Amino acid sequence: MNQELPERLIDESMRRVDGRKPDELRPIKIEVGVLSNADGSAYIEQGRNKILAAVYGPKEVHPRHLSLPDRALLRCRYHMAPFSVEERKSPAPSRREIELSKVIREALEPAIFLERYPRTAIDIFIEILQADGGTRCAGITVASLALADAGIPMRDLVVACAAGKVDGTIVLDLNDVEDKLGEADLPVAVMPSLNAVTLLQMDGLLTLEEFEQAINLAIDGCKRIYKLQKEALKAKYLAIKEEVEE
Amino acid sequence: MTFSLSVSRIKQRQIAKLIADGKRLDGRGLTDYREIKVEKGVIERAEGSARVYLGRTQVLVGVKIGIGEPFSDRPNEGVLTVNSELVPLASPEFEAGPPGEESIELARVVDRGIRESGAIDLEKLCIIPGKKVFIVFVDIYVLNHDGNLIDASAMAALAALLNTKLFNYEVVDGEVKIKPGFTKLPIRNYPIAITSAEIGGKLVVDPWLEEEEVMNSRITLIFEKDGRICAIQKGGGGTLTKDQIIEAAHIFQKKAEELRKLVVES
Repeated sequence: MNQELPERLIDESMRRVDGRKPDELRPIKIEVGVLSNADGSAYIEQGRNKILAAVYGPKEVHPRHLSLPDRALLRCRYHMAPFSVEERKSPAPSRREIELSKVIREALEPAIFLERYPRTAIDIFIEILQADGGTRCAGITVASLALADAGIPMRDLVVACAAGKVDGTIVLDLNDVEDKLGEADLPVAVMPSLNAVTLLQMDGLLTLEEFEQAINLAIDGCKRIYKLQKEALKAKYLAIKEEVEE
Repeated sequence: MTFSLSVSRIKQRQIAKLIADGKRLDGRGLTDYREIKVEKGVIERAEGSARVYLGRTQVLVGVKIGIGEPFSDRPNEGVLTVNSELVPLASPEFEAGPPGEESIELARVVDRGIRESGAIDLEKLCIIPGKKVFIVFVDIYVLNHDGNLIDASAMAALAALLNTKLFNYEVVDGEVKIKPGFTKLPIRNYPIAITSAEIGGKLVVDPWLEEEEVMNSRITLIFEKDGRICAIQKGGGGTLTKDQIIEAAHIFQKKAEELRKLVVES
């Protein structure tokens, strides 16, 4: 059951446990519009992470007293499948999942024109099917695509990526082992075109200089994923366009 | 501007307008804290306790010590658990019932500061490796909510831990027997949380309730004793710029130093 833990996370030639360079992302595969029932949906694989996101809404609010008079109510559920991690996780929401649902909602909220849909609800569901570190970031990246796929007007896509410190080196996009054994993890979400940070968390230990270096690296990683996000969106809608034209 | 039921539009505008000029409704500067008072040892039944007043915000933290099993991946370490209760008597907005996301976030941020700074020497809390360890229960009890619960709770938690005693024990045939007398809980770091609200493009330190109602977002940095950051949490559905964050980190680092003195020496 137990994974073998490496003794060192970075070798002499600056290669990480999975062979990456410090500033290298894991391979990413994104697909938009993967579920027929949802108003919008998307799927991402980032390294061994496999994550689905679906958006329902704008729709009527249940229970009704939760509705807001001046904007849409945004709700978000981040949830890990019991089989997504090494040791089975109880399907009941943990305190970690409740906190992450909150910060993810707050990371996506600034991007959405909620004021256009008063007295409605927009529900975002993020299901972690397989986890390998950095699930909140990949979850944000994929959820923002599901929102766009649902046709909800947005100021920008939100994209997230973590940086951190591993064996004394600042690295990009930590995997599970690096997150667990590393010295610090700094997840960041941004709206790249607006130069705005929408999520920022950190645990571990960083000096101010290291922090500055890490946040710059994380934002750089976000910008690279942003390109892939836009390609994935285009891929779906260009395919539809071609079908229509045929 | 955010929609708020409890702060009128006119007051919201007033708060934002003053902040744009570098002033605040209660007369503080943008980086000033409200008056802070720390009282240690206020609950005799608890192994450690402290009450912190941050202006009109009041937080009580009680620490109870138990004996239990360690986590299987850390057989030689004691266990820390942090919980928070937003007690209904503290605010008309709080309701009884299972903890909501605000309460869970509060507890988890305070927990992160203590854990990541290594504030408690958990290895010294091991009694029988893999079998029996001390468990440190930190319970945050918010008594009056007038904003900035994170900083008040983090200070109260640290003050309570500094005040916590462990009972003496001996191991007889694999059983833990409690002996008379106490030792101090081994504390080796002092994490201090500094929170700001972003209002109209400016950051104001230690927001009170009405500023929290108006803010776009909130950012907390927790610093350990050598000035390194040990935890960060952004909150609220607004945005910040990278430059704002980096500038804040430098200002907050100095603030943390001031507050730490106050909590440790109280």
